[in-house]
Amino acid sequence: MKSCLVVDDSKVIRKVARHILEGLSFEVREAADGREALDACLASPPDVVLLDWNMPVMSGMDFLRALREASLSAKPKVVFCTTENGIAYIRAAIEAGADEYVMKPFDRETLQSKLQIVGMA
Amino acid sequence: MTLRPLPASAPRVGATGIIAALLEQRTGQQLAANRAWRLDATLKPLLRERGLADFDALVGALLGARDPNLADAVVEALLNQETSFFRDAGVLEQVVEAASSMASEGGRPRIWSAGCSAGQEPLSLAMLFAERGGPMPDIQATDVSGAALARARSGRYSQFEVQRGLPIRRLMQWFDPVGEDWVGKPELVDRIRYRRQNLASDPVLPGKFDVILCRNVLLYFGGPTRARVLDALACALRPGGMLVLGAGETVIGQTDRLEPSRQWRGFYAISDRPRRYA
Ligand SMILES: C[S@@+](CC[C@H](N)C(=O)[O-])C[C@H]1O[C@@H](n2cnc3c(N)ncnc32)[C@H](O)[C@@H]1O
Ligand SMILES: [Mg+2]
Repeated sequence: MKSCLVVDDSKVIRKVARHILEGLSFEVREAADGREALDACLASPPDVVLLDWNMPVMSGMDFLRALREASLSAKPKVVFCTTENGIAYIRAAIEAGADEYVMKPFDRETLQSKLQIVGMA
Repeated sequence: MTLRPLPASAPRVGATGIIAALLEQRTGQQLAANRAWRLDATLKPLLRERGLADFDALVGALLGARDPNLADAVVEALLNQETSFFRDAGVLEQVVEAASSMASEGGRPRIWSAGCSAGQEPLSLAMLFAERGGPMPDIQATDVSGAALARARSGRYSQFEVQRGLPIRRLMQWFDPVGEDWVGKPELVDRIRYRRQNLASDPVLPGKFDVILCRNVLLYFGGPTRARVLDALACALRPGGMLVLGAGETVIGQTDRLEPSRQWRGFYAISDRPRRYA
């Protein structure tokens, strides 16, 4: 079973994402900001991280940079999932090492397609 | 418009049967009985838009022929145009390899996307060819639906559509944001020659193509129509050319003119000895 860490400060979005991901047979964990997410990854890296951009404490971007510098036993795929849909944001995310990018709003098919693209579904 | 007698396959239930007959007459597509439940939802917006109460009113208007566009609109609404970028991506990658290796020396690979819907299939191929390098192919893409072709020519896709199968790096490389949508760059979209063509009735160019893709189009054709279309597609292949169908579709038992390729898995080649001529 593949594991996914859902990182979003919105409880509603986490719930929707969890529902979709469990339907795709993922084991799901949640984090409400980048700091929590980093701790979770250091403790046990998931196969893939679904990552919001704007969050309190630590943003998605700061999390991603920290994650790529951390020495983990396995390198999770990172799929941004954000309302920041401008190309400047998308380019910055790719440059920082994101594997895929979901522009909100998303649905089941979008998530499934992006997870397939990163080889996870 | 004139309505011919119902094909035997049409559900013989009044208005529904007549609507099914119209679709089959125009496109070869059969409104299989098991899909009839969708008819309601599919035609509801059209009924509302034209101020028609129900299917009987619709059929009345069709037979009255006061609105020449109505039949077209009904057919458009009933066509299944489900598609996505890089649908069965592995198959498309294989198409690009096969076509590049088959193109006559110095020539450009000649590709036909038959039943191209809003263009995601030919655009995916164009991206793969461009990324591979080598001679750029001549890509022809056709559909019976004028609405699908208009969308394809515009190269404009919604945010949802560009998130079906299209990797983000390719979106960045080949599309520009316009409002809420994304528009394919001219150097991509202009590589495709779009043309309206009805596979069930229009003639094909003989001996022309290295690879023809006709994926997820023949599913709902009646048996005899499907066989006829497969023969026409075989005729449009150049010697050594390949036909590619959708996942789970086959020519076996439908035509003698094509057989599974020995070189490219899942592709079909012109048969050496069609039994019918033996
Ligand atoms: C389900 S879509 C498949 C699109 C694409 N080939 C794919 O696999 O994703 C089928 C397309 O075939 C078209 N089509 C149906 N009947 C046709 C006919 N008689 N001639 C040409 N195109 C037809 C429909 O308009 C629709 O766009
Ligand atoms: Mg947020």
